[in-house]
Amino acid sequence: MTNLLANNPVLRRFDPAVLTAFGCIFVLLLIGSIINRNFLSPEYLLQQLQVGSFLALISTGMMIVILLGQIDLSVPWIITVGGMMSTAAAGWGGLGATFAIPIGILCGLVFGLINGIGVAYLRVPSMIFTLGINAVAQGFMIVRTGGAAPLDMATDSMHELATGRLILGIPNPVWVWIAVGAATVFLLRRTVFGRAVYAIGNREVAAYLSGIRTQRVVLAAFAISGSLAAFAGALLAGYSTKAYQGMGDPYLLPSIAAVVLGGTSILGGRGTYLGTVAGIILITLLQSILSVVQIEEAFRQLIYGTVIIAMLLVYGRQRAQT
Amino acid sequence: MTDRALSAPQPGDWRYWFGEQRGALLALAVFIVMFAIYTANHPAGFSADVVTTAASKGVLLALVAIAQTFVVLTAGIDLSVGMIFVLCNCVASYIVIGSPLETALGVAGVLATGLACGALNGLIVIYGRLQPIVTTIATGAAFFGLALLLRPQPGGDVNEDLADFLTGQFPGGIPASAVALLVVVLVIWIPFRRSMLGRVVYAVGSSEPAAYMSGLHIRRAKFAAYALAGLLAAIGGLFLTFVTYTGEASSANANTYTLNSIAAVVLGGVSLFGGRGSAVGAIFGALIFRTIGDLLFVFDLDPLWQPLFLGIVLLVSVCLGSFRLIRIRNRLDLFG
Repeated sequence: MTNLLANNPVLRRFDPAVLTAFGCIFVLLLIGSIINRNFLSPEYLLQQLQVGSFLALISTGMMIVILLGQIDLSVPWIITVGGMMSTAAAGWGGLGATFAIPIGILCGLVFGLINGIGVAYLRVPSMIFTLGINAVAQGFMIVRTGGAAPLDMATDSMHELATGRLILGIPNPVWVWIAVGAATVFLLRRTVFGRAVYAIGNREVAAYLSGIRTQRVVLAAFAISGSLAAFAGALLAGYSTKAYQGMGDPYLLPSIAAVVLGGTSILGGRGTYLGTVAGIILITLLQSILSVVQIEEAFRQLIYGTVIIAMLLVYGRQRAQT
Repeated sequence: MTDRALSAPQPGDWRYWFGEQRGALLALAVFIVMFAIYTANHPAGFSADVVTTAASKGVLLALVAIAQTFVVLTAGIDLSVGMIFVLCNCVASYIVIGSPLETALGVAGVLATGLACGALNGLIVIYGRLQPIVTTIATGAAFFGLALLLRPQPGGDVNEDLADFLTGQFPGGIPASAVALLVVVLVIWIPFRRSMLGRVVYAVGSSEPAAYMSGLHIRRAKFAAYALAGLLAAIGGLFLTFVTYTGEASSANANTYTLNSIAAVVLGGVSLFGGRGSAVGAIFGALIFRTIGDLLFVFDLDPLWQPLFLGIVLLVSVCLGSFRLIRIRNRLDLFG
């Protein structure tokens, strides 16, 4: 297998992990089509892409942070902040309603910047600092909603952006994903920032000594992650027509799993966006299969955790130490 | 110099001891001050009942924090402790009941469950060579699935005699839960810390390559750390059952305890980079964290503001370590 990859000039360009991820997608499609005949219909697959595009936005931000060798655990409540603040802005009427989504993203950006300051400048381990920001964001939202969960309705434009199909019959969120994905690929492969992200992920001291202002890059990466999570939150609020507490909770594990299953090293410095796309599709298909076979939520959680561990064990392992 | 001279305490040894325990001692001091403020402002004052209630709540988090300490000492992290804690709570609500013998078997069963969960984490991290953070997030989902399977709705029962005994008071107003915690420390932590295994865990956390080059059994130590973390989380889950009399697969509980255990560990002076700190520090870290909540209650802060306030306290306390940055002369040390 390895030899084959190394010798074949076409295949060599691809990361084995990414190929395996696409292989797994194929297997899942096969399983899905056995369980349900409609699984392979274009309509159903488009729906899956639509659902997956929310996860995709979050995973994109997560990937940039993971490439740095950091992690962003504040994603769940920043999603909720994005959803709740954009619906709240819609409630102010006038300009607020027009700029509902940008206001939501702005709030996510603020939390992302604080994450970046804590990790880059205060040098707190990202794992604990982002967990803290998660708690603070949760605290803010609880104070804001008065403990209950008032029905925060999304605006029509938010709903349209999350569910409509403006161009070519492809759902709008998928277009958003394509735009964000293209921007990310450009950012990672064609800009100084992208080079710096990979360099820092490999060794921050070396990157610093090569003249990269590493702290600014880390700050920017967390800001991107926060903004994208909040954007996803605003879209999710549009999708379900309202924002509610805990709406981001189911996205933490999938967003990290998608990135890691896509072949990005959790230690940073290695990984491609194509792999992350594969990981996102993989996770989305897995979730949809689990929801098609009607079983209890408990089994779903159990299978979900087990399958992710199993897939990681197949190809997400670090190199053996000598 | 004879062997005896080498092992005898040298003058100045206490400085090393103090250096090692600084985090724990600081946590102890902060806790004493906060608890004094709390009891001074409590309507009932410093009474046995107030202390017992505070202890029952504090011990739960303290047990989970000790669990987290074991893994953090190896420079890992266990994001599934809260889920193991909740799973064991659900298991306990089924089997810790009936005659003394049945209850004892039930307790053993609960502890075995936790141990098995921890051991599974350890096996995947060591032999699967996956990162602890990814592994435990995924296994945590599976453990929570199991808990949900056992208790779709809250319910169940527990041996109330045992529960009341362990959450009540001993003669003299000493809270039984605090004694139970002390027993756990004496039976599990102290022997672990003084054993070869414990030393290897610290060595692995300080520098895994160095520990490997010294010929230490890295895998055995890591496995022990994860398994013991599972065991301690199980003791915590057992205690939760004694406090609430029911089992509940609450994802809020699971997440809160996971997060708070990390906060407690950090407050207690355990380094997230591994190799530094002790379970005793983590216990006082946990007690500090609980007392903050109690203080807010005493000072009549709107309950709505509590989560925000706790979050900010957590954030500020993890930033305290940043004071070391002021002393850094060479910017390269930033990235150390």
